[in-house]
Amino acid sequence: MISLKEMAKKEDLFVSGHEMCPGCGIPVILKIVLRTTKCPLVVSNASGCLQSASTNFPATSWKLNWIHTAVENAAGTMSGIQATYSSLKKQGKLPVDKKIKFLVIGGDGATYDSGLRSISGAMERGEDFVYLCYDNQLYACSGGQRSSATPMGAATTTSPSGNVLPGKLQPRKNISNIFAAHEIPYVAQSAPWIWQDLYKKAERAFETTGPAYLNVLNPCPSMWKAPANKSIEITKLAADTCVWPIFEIKDGTKVTVNYKPKKKLPVTLWLESQARFTHLLKVENNWIVKKIQEEVDKDWEFLISSENKNRTN
Amino acid sequence: MPSTIVLNGNAAAAEAVKQVKPDVVTVYPMASGAEMMGHIASFAADGLIDSEIINMESGHSAMSGCIGASAAGGRVFTFAASQSLAAMHETLFIASSLRLPIVAAIVNGALAAPANMIADHADSMAERDCCWIQIFSENPQEIYDNIIQAYKIAEHMDVRIPIMVAADGFISSHSMENVIIEEVGEVAEFVGKFTPFQSLLDSDNPKTIGSRDMSQYYFEYKVNQLQGIENSRKVIKEVGKEFGNRFGRYYGFFEPYKLENAEYALVLMGSSTGTAKELIDELRAGGEKVGLLKLRIFRPFPSAELREALAGLTAVAVLERVLTPGSAGGPLFNEIRSALYDVEKRPSIFPYVYGLGGRDIRMEHFREIVKEMKAGQEEVVETGVEVKYVNLREAND
Ligand code: SF4
Ligand SMILES: [Mg+2]
Repeated sequence: MISLKEMAKKEDLFVSGHEMCPGCGIPVILKIVLRTTKCPLVVSNASGCLQSASTNFPATSWKLNWIHTAVENAAGTMSGIQATYSSLKKQGKLPVDKKIKFLVIGGDGATYDSGLRSISGAMERGEDFVYLCYDNQLYACSGGQRSSATPMGAATTTSPSGNVLPGKLQPRKNISNIFAAHEIPYVAQSAPWIWQDLYKKAERAFETTGPAYLNVLNPCPSMWKAPANKSIEITKLAADTCVWPIFEIKDGTKVTVNYKPKKKLPVTLWLESQARFTHLLKVENNWIVKKIQEEVDKDWEFLISSENKNRTN
Repeated sequence: MPSTIVLNGNAAAAEAVKQVKPDVVTVYPMASGAEMMGHIASFAADGLIDSEIINMESGHSAMSGCIGASAAGGRVFTFAASQSLAAMHETLFIASSLRLPIVAAIVNGALAAPANMIADHADSMAERDCCWIQIFSENPQEIYDNIIQAYKIAEHMDVRIPIMVAADGFISSHSMENVIIEEVGEVAEFVGKFTPFQSLLDSDNPKTIGSRDMSQYYFEYKVNQLQGIENSRKVIKEVGKEFGNRFGRYYGFFEPYKLENAEYALVLMGSSTGTAKELIDELRAGGEKVGLLKLRIFRPFPSAELREALAGLTAVAVLERVLTPGSAGGPLFNEIRSALYDVEKRPSIFPYVYGLGGRDIRMEHFREIVKEMKAGQEEVVETGVEVKYVNLREAND
C-alpha cells in the first residue's frame, strides 16, 4: 500500500490556481487519481464545476492533454480520441510502444443524467478508458439543482422543501449497478476519506483493459450546506451509515465490499451533518427519514448478499 | 486511368472517402445515407482502408467523436441527415470553434414533425451560423468531387474550418448516374497529407482545449475565428481551379448557366437544378433571355461574386427548399437581396419555396415561375415581397 509520503512525491498534474470552493472534494480526488498511473494521460472533461473552475482562459490547472466539448458527450469525445490513437498506431504513424491512458471525467449530472447514453455507448464498444465520476449528488456548477444522483429527501433549488414537499421524493439512481450491468471489467465506488482504497481502485482502473468506472463521492460544502473543514469526515459518515458503500464489481458480477462499518450508524447522523437535510428533522417529515433508512438498509443488504453470492458460487 | 462507374450519390461519397483515407469515421445511421456508411464500413472490413470506424449511439456522439478524433490529430469523416444533423447542433459550433477540419457529408432531409427525412434544406439551413463551410452538390459526380475538394479546403492552414458537403436526400443520394472515379494516387496527391497543428496525443506538449472563456476574451475569440471562414473564399476558388486543371471539372462558388445577356434568372441549389436547366434550354431555343445560377457555396456566402453575376438582370427568382417561418423569404432570398441592395439598378427578386419534404418540382413549375417573374414585376413593386409556394396543394385538394 502506498504511503502518503510516497504519494506526495509524485508529480502533481492538477495544480493550484483553480477556482473551486474551499473544502471541495474534487481537487482531493483528482490529486489521488492522477497519481496512480505513470502513463501519459489524455482527459476528456464534461462540463461542470471541475471543467469550469480549472480552465479560466488563459490560465489552466492541467499539466496534461485535456479537452472539454459539452456536458453530455465527454465519453463520445474520448471515443474519437482513442480511435485516432488506434488508427495512427495501425498505420505506423505513432510508435507501437507509445502508451497513453484515457480518462473521462464528469460530475453526476454529466454521468447519471445527460451523458448516460454516450457513456453506455463507449462501454458497449469496449473502449479502453477510465471514467471518473465525481458525484456530489446535484448540479453544483449551475447553482445546486436536482440530478438523478440526488438522494431522497435532499433539498435542492429545483426540489426544494416547502409546506407540502420535503425535498426530493425519489431515491438516487444506482449508477454503479447500471454500469456493472454492462458487464465491463471494473466498476468501483469509493470516497476521499478512504484514500488508499481510492488510490488502489484508480490504479486498478488504469491497469484494466477495457472500460473501468469509478464512482467517487465528492463532498460539496457549498451546495450541501456543510462546514468546509468537515468535508472529508462527512464522506466517512456516508460510509458508516451505509449511505455511500465502498465496493467494487468485477466483470459485472463479482462484488467485493471493501469497507464494512463495525457499527452501522443511523442515517440521521448523515442527515444532521448537512443543512440540505435540515427540514427532514422536523417531526412531520419523520416518515421520509424512515423511508430513507429503509432504502439504505435494503441497498446495503442487497450489496452484502451479492458479495456472499459470488463467495458461494 | 480514371474509370466511369454507375453509382448513386451514397456510393460516390463512399468512393471519395475510400480515396481520401480518413483516420477515423464515425457512424450513426439515418436511412438516407446509411448505405454510404455501410460501404465505408465494408472497405474497412476488407482492409481497403485503415480508418477506425466507430459505430456511435447517437448523432450527437457521432460529431463529438469527430471532434475528439480531429483534436487528437486525425483526419475524420462522418455523415448526418435531417434529425441526426439537428441532434449534432451544439457540437457543430464546438467543432468550428476549436478549428477542426472535419468533413461531414450531409444528406439533406426534412425535419420532423411530421416525420419525413426526404430532400429538404431545413437541416442544413438551421446550421448556417455555426461557422462551417457549406457546399451543396447537384448529383453523384459533384458529391464525389466536393468531398475530395473539401479535405483540401478544410485542412488548408489558412482555413482550418469544418465543411459540410450536402446533397438532396433520396434524390442525389439514391439516383444512379455515371460517375468518373479518379485514380487513387492522383486523388491522394491532390488532397495531400494532413498535418495537424496540435494533437492531444502529443504528450510532450500538454494543452488545454475548450477552456472557459468569459467576457474578457470570448468576443475576440469569436471574431478571430472568422478569419478561417473568410480566408476560405480564396482557398475554395484556388482548390476548385486546381481540381479542374487536374481532373477537367472546374468548380467555383456557383455555376452560371446561360446567364450571359440574360434578363431573367432562376437561382437555386441542389438536385432540382438539372430539371431547371432543361427548361432554360427550351426557353433559350425559343429566344427568351432566361438563364440560371446554381449556387454551390452557401457559407461563406459569395455576395460580391453574386452581385457581379446578377446585377444587370431585370428579375431573379430565388428558389429554396426551406421554410423560414416569420421571415420575409428564406435565407438564400435574403442573402441575395442583401447582396444586391447596393447596386444601382437592382433586379426585382422573387422568393419561392419548393420541394419541402421531397415534393416534386417539374418543368411546368419552373416554366410557371419564369412566366410569373416576367409578368409580376409591377405587382411586386406595389405589394412588397410575398413568398410563393411551388406545387403546393390547394385546401381540400
Ligand atoms: S460547488 Fe461544490 S463541487 Fe462545485 S466547486 Fe464548489 S464545493 Fe466543489
Ligand atoms: Mg454534481
